[in-house]
Amino acid sequence: MAAQVSKNQKPILEMRGIDKSFPGVQALQGVSLELYQGEVLALLGENGAGKSTLIKVLSGVYFPDAGTITISGNDPGIRSPLDAQNAGVAVIYQEFNLVPSLCARENILLGREQARWGFFSQKTEHRETMELFSRMNVAIDPESLCRELTVAQQQVVEIAKALYARGKILVMDEPSATLTSQEVERLFAIIRELKTRGIGIIYISHRLEEVFEIADRVMVMRDGRHIATKPACGLTREELIEMMVGRKIENEFPKLAAPLGGKRLEVKGLSGAGTAEDISFFVRKGEVLGIAGLVGAGRTEMARLIFGADPKDSGEIFLDGRRVEIRSPVDAIRNGLCLLTEDRKAQGLVLGLSSRENFALPNLSHWSRLRFINHKKEQDSFSGYIKSLKIKLSHADQTVRDLSGGNQQKIVLAKWLEANSEVIIFDEPTRGIDVGAKYEIYQLINQLAAKGKAILMISSELPELLGMCDRILVMHEGSLSGEIADVPHATQEQILSLAVGRTA
Amino acid sequence: MLKKKATFSTFLSQYGMLFVLILLCVFFSLATLSEQHPEGEKAARILFGELSKDSDKKTAVLIAAKNNQEDSRFANALENLLKKKIGVSAKIIKGDPSQFRKMLEETPEKERNWEVIATTSSYAPSVSRIVERFPALSGAIIKTPKSYTWPTFLLKNNLMNVANQIVVIAIIAVGMTMVIITAGIDLSVGSLVALSAVVVTWFIRTMGGAQATPLAILTSGFLAVLLCGFIGAFSGLMITRFRIPPFIATLGMMQVASGFAYIISRGRPIYEVPDSFVWLGRGYSPFFSLPYAVILMGIIYIIAHIMMTRTTLGRYIYAVGGNPEAARLSGVRTNRVICFVYIVCGAMAGLGGIVMASQLKSGAPTYGLMYELYVIASVVVGGTSLAGGEGKIMGTLIGAFIIAVIQNGMNLTNVESYTQKVVLGFVILGAVLLDMLKKRGWKRRKISR
Repeated sequence: MAAQVSKNQKPILEMRGIDKSFPGVQALQGVSLELYQGEVLALLGENGAGKSTLIKVLSGVYFPDAGTITISGNDPGIRSPLDAQNAGVAVIYQEFNLVPSLCARENILLGREQARWGFFSQKTEHRETMELFSRMNVAIDPESLCRELTVAQQQVVEIAKALYARGKILVMDEPSATLTSQEVERLFAIIRELKTRGIGIIYISHRLEEVFEIADRVMVMRDGRHIATKPACGLTREELIEMMVGRKIENEFPKLAAPLGGKRLEVKGLSGAGTAEDISFFVRKGEVLGIAGLVGAGRTEMARLIFGADPKDSGEIFLDGRRVEIRSPVDAIRNGLCLLTEDRKAQGLVLGLSSRENFALPNLSHWSRLRFINHKKEQDSFSGYIKSLKIKLSHADQTVRDLSGGNQQKIVLAKWLEANSEVIIFDEPTRGIDVGAKYEIYQLINQLAAKGKAILMISSELPELLGMCDRILVMHEGSLSGEIADVPHATQEQILSLAVGRTA
Repeated sequence: MLKKKATFSTFLSQYGMLFVLILLCVFFSLATLSEQHPEGEKAARILFGELSKDSDKKTAVLIAAKNNQEDSRFANALENLLKKKIGVSAKIIKGDPSQFRKMLEETPEKERNWEVIATTSSYAPSVSRIVERFPALSGAIIKTPKSYTWPTFLLKNNLMNVANQIVVIAIIAVGMTMVIITAGIDLSVGSLVALSAVVVTWFIRTMGGAQATPLAILTSGFLAVLLCGFIGAFSGLMITRFRIPPFIATLGMMQVASGFAYIISRGRPIYEVPDSFVWLGRGYSPFFSLPYAVILMGIIYIIAHIMMTRTTLGRYIYAVGGNPEAARLSGVRTNRVICFVYIVCGAMAGLGGIVMASQLKSGAPTYGLMYELYVIASVVVGGTSLAGGEGKIMGTLIGAFIIAVIQNGMNLTNVESYTQKVVLGFVILGAVLLDMLKKRGWKRRKISR
């Protein structure tokens, strides 16, 4: 699907020799980027490689220490986000900038309403929005409230907003993270449509299959430097990973089969939270059980029911054959269960506290006598995990908010490892995490399985499921639609067909 | 592990408010620098210092003093010092000018051979006028304690005043700090002060009134604090079980508590309490003459500080304030933690009410009016964020002192009371602005993002 980019064309965007440093860290060093009209340039790199800093320089949030930015041959003199927007740069972040209580039309025109004396015409606005949507081949009612739209639809509204602002350069930061595969296909269709209209797109993602599908060229950054820019066709997955990480990765999914023991966790007839219906399954000691399904299939809801985070309507939970009553996370933790939530910033961590305090939160009883915390013992325990999990902290009491996604996830994991959980539920364990850190997390999962823990892994990344799980359960609209027992020989299509409801 | 780079800005951010407090004290000290005329025991000591230089056993000294408490202390202290240190027996004549003259006339001539007449600087003019009429005393020198230059602000009496003024607010602010750290608020504390004052005095009156025993007083106090803690628990319950926003829940209880205060007291102050009741509110301890109430405040702050920084409960309070859902999913019993802080806040308000009743020797439903605002101001000025998740107990103490120092300073420099209100309002805004800048970095760019 790569478009032919003529070598004689001038780039629509040229960033040359960009330097940016913050106290204590050189975030960008001599980075250059070229973007041509009508092409998709994928921007790849590990967390901390400098991708978001580069984008923030482009969008006017940061002012570079050195270097130039040229758009269509001119220097737009970008000194603020408004300048960048006026120059035609539009950035769509993972956390959308939409006002949920306003409708799509209002959001798209926000700040650019054509109003006379402060009065605007709803009819005109509606018509213009409809035109925009039809050109993008999407069917969304401009009057629908943004908070009632699905995540994929909201993303379309964001793109429409950028188009309305006459964006020439569109930057998309992890656009597919929260989309189902069907929605991703539709997104790609929109992107291809945008390409034909000459818009240049910078696409940031950790999902390598997508990169191969949609990108024309691929630019890799590492440690604040530009490593290489190559055409996407002809590039292999291994080459790409090697460029990003700086070393050869033998096996992307280092699955080691662990010896399987008896049933550790068994769930019978679990229903609740409005979605889950009569779910029954079991996980053995040392087993990694994958849970697949489309967004909205009820996987997270099921995990929360098991963990006691939400009250269940019916169902029984057995640990090592013994029935247990779990009515709250406190019960779950006491019984050796733990849940690594899919949204670690909102539910897994208290961002304002330090890494050590987050790590210690469920485990304070390990280091306290009569409710008084022994800070030294706490720090010693934490230091142990910093070493074993290779967590990168710039200093001991660093706030968790400043860490990269991978390191944040490691803090969450350290927290539960210290709690000696025997059943570990991962909900999207590697979302938003770069290749290098992903590999480390997979290895940790292996170690846990080898120690005899029972692991549930909810994931939307099919290669990850196929690469790391012993068995895979597929959910569809709240209930289990099927099970894949022979994972080494299974295919993505098998999982997908179960996920959309066709029984095997 | 690398230590955080210790730059001036990090130092300032940690101890910023203390710095502000010190600056204010320096400012008001300079602004109130003036001639101080000592009184009481201090005057005696200063004067003794002078007298001892050129007097000895044989010098005859007359001490002239007015009939009030301050001068009596001066006279007794000086007499003691003279006798004990240099063996001089001095005669004291106490009274207003006419009494003084009469007593002089009644003293036989041969005893009127004083060389030194010691008196306070305020009484000296009258004394010298009277002594002029006695030619036998023409050789006597009238000595007064030398005045000295010292900021009125830093006089011991004044500093005690500052501390006393802020004690009630500061005690309540301990509980409020915890509540605000959990991202909540408690508007009912002012009414709880009134309710507690009324309840404690009501119980004392019922249990003997002016003849009530110390045990009765203690029991009454305990019951008042218990009641206020209970009301705090009720607020906490509404907030956790029924998900009523803290602002609304405590606003409601504010009215309820105030209403109860008026009902119990029938709208009138209750003053049938024994004299011993003022021990807490007005009593001075032997330790550096610190008022008992200030010592109580100090103890409460130390306990609270230790709890918040060293115990699991303290950690949980910060976690619940920072991200209640994440805390719950980590096994923290968030509902219990929230109820706990509201109980503490209520109890502290109850304690504050008792101190107030003790200070004023009565309980009335009009006490504590608008106190919630001063309490919240102390917490906020002290660096705790209303958004929750962070804050320091000691910061609140500094915040309370900043407010008290500013009010006291303005009084001493004769700022009109209406102007004081305006100033105080701007101080609160300034403190919060300082805090925001401190957090977001001093660069304006970051703020606009």
